[in-house]
Amino acid sequence: MKIVVCIKQVPDTTEIKIDPKTGTLIREGVPSIMNPDDKGGLEMALQLKEENGAHITVITMGPPQADLILREAFAMGADRAIHLSDRKFAGADTLATSSALAGALRKLDFDLLITGRQAIDGDTAQVGPQIAEHLDLPQVSYLEDLKFDGDKTFTMKRHIEDGYQMLEVEAPCVVTVISSANTPRYMSVGGIVDAYQKEVEVWGFNEIDVDEADLGLKGSPTSVYKAFARGLKPAGELYEVSTDEAVGIIIKKMKEKFIL
Amino acid sequence: MNFSLTKEQELFQQMIRDFAENEVKPIAAEVDEQERFPAETVEKMGKIGILGIPIPKQYGGAGGDNLMYSIAVEELSAVCGTTGVIVSAHTSLCAAPILEHGTEEQKQKYLPKLASGEWLGAFGLTEPNAGTDAAGQQTTAIEDGDNYIINGSKIFITNAGYAHVYVIFAMTDRSKGTRGITAFIIEKDTPGFSFGKKEKKMGIRGSATCELIFENCVLPKTNMLGKLNKGFGIAMKTLDGGRIGIAAQALGIAQGAIDETVKYVKERKQFGRAISAFQNTQFQLADMNTKTEASRMLVRKAAYKKDNKIAYSVDAAMAKLYAAETAMEVTNKAVQLHGGYGYTREYPIERMMRDAKITEIYEGTSEVQKMVISANMLK
Repeated sequence: MKIVVCIKQVPDTTEIKIDPKTGTLIREGVPSIMNPDDKGGLEMALQLKEENGAHITVITMGPPQADLILREAFAMGADRAIHLSDRKFAGADTLATSSALAGALRKLDFDLLITGRQAIDGDTAQVGPQIAEHLDLPQVSYLEDLKFDGDKTFTMKRHIEDGYQMLEVEAPCVVTVISSANTPRYMSVGGIVDAYQKEVEVWGFNEIDVDEADLGLKGSPTSVYKAFARGLKPAGELYEVSTDEAVGIIIKKMKEKFIL
Repeated sequence: MNFSLTKEQELFQQMIRDFAENEVKPIAAEVDEQERFPAETVEKMGKIGILGIPIPKQYGGAGGDNLMYSIAVEELSAVCGTTGVIVSAHTSLCAAPILEHGTEEQKQKYLPKLASGEWLGAFGLTEPNAGTDAAGQQTTAIEDGDNYIINGSKIFITNAGYAHVYVIFAMTDRSKGTRGITAFIIEKDTPGFSFGKKEKKMGIRGSATCELIFENCVLPKTNMLGKLNKGFGIAMKTLDGGRIGIAAQALGIAQGAIDETVKYVKERKQFGRAISAFQNTQFQLADMNTKTEASRMLVRKAAYKKDNKIAYSVDAAMAKLYAAETAMEVTNKAVQLHGGYGYTREYPIERMMRDAKITEIYEGTSEVQKMVISANMLK
């Protein structure tokens, strides 16, 4: 089985602070990490590899420093890494990003394409489904679990708001994975030693199959009108009480605030 | 001259930090309080290669170097001194001498299982009457056909009981003094080999420290490590490497104490402001950080020299001497900055202070390091 996993380097938003004066993110000193949902996707691929045998390619689009997460993927057990990096890709919104990734994926042969559900910086959850549309492949989003029958059928467990769905899908297909699906493994020490001996393939516009007009700023219909920091709310109050007491407290609070 | 870690070393440091934060730190207080050997951590470390960092890939190791190994011990010790010494004793004192002095058969037999963590390693040199004066060995190995018969005991042995493989030293020719000592590899289930009492310690309380007892223990000659009567040299060379590990442990403990203290002084308010606003706090922190950073430079220099096959014995002694004394001083100051809270077990600082003390004692006391350093100056 051939698996491709799309991964993205993101700022570790748990470490991000907002400048109270300007309302902008303080990026300085914030570590860059592999997006958690994507890491869950890579872990799912690695488990499939262990169970069924597979060749795993990871692919990312991003600036040169994104090389780090590809090395991390190698150290976790990925077999091949492709870095999409070209000035023509710069300034891309989700649509132009998915166009570039789809352009690269047209050059690759795969049975399963895994992406994370969404990235913790943009939180759009659009790129995975858009890739599936570009490539005209079946897609299953919010995946919790996946099993392969050894031939061409995947059995999938999809997380939905009030439960889950079980689905059967034939390869090739696209799935988006949620980080709660698994606990990603640590990089192995030996894997880290090897990670920088392996080659990361850098692909530019000439290496992929896509219309230039669909790329970068030109290919991005989204433009940011305004960005602002959400006002800080005071911390909530937590009560561990019985339901009856809880109702009493809520009514009292609502009366205090003249809601009732 | 380059003081930066390579990208590979940075990635490694990031992984170890994540592992320490998620797997080691959450149980560090409990392991200390209960004096419990963290076997589950050992298993997890083995699985991802932390127990075989400088062992070559051909013997099942990670194929890393001693600098990476020192980074691992530092980062683990920053959250748990116990875990740091388990890795250090296993790697420096058991796997390393087998790698350096073992026959090909011994390397094939022991290193893959040590690297994977299936077998933990230990080292037995110290005896009741042979501490700093390691030459006063009482344990004997008497030749008997194809075997040696071992009798005697070893004390204060780190990882004892949990380790499967022990590199030990015994007198094969008492008339020759240090030139009559031979090293052996002995496995846990060997008849005649048993464990004595477990020590109750001030610090690193999760690490197992026991007596090894040999009563007519029959060991095949193939278990001899290195050549006959060459054991003292092996022991000294092994301890040179071990000092890098213990120096890294001390460094980690100091750094861990600084990390906790910086967090605390920003939160703790007295006289209407955070105690970080007081110049005494600031000056103490500056001293603590400067000495810790100086220790790090010494540790990494010693590891670098070992990796590049440059004589490093004096560097390792300096690193251990300075890092151990720094760990003691920094943790002491850290407790003081925490005030009464620092003296309680609610905070990890008192544990770090207790853990720091042993680094001035084991694998060569600070006084022994000074002997090594000055002997080199005066030769």
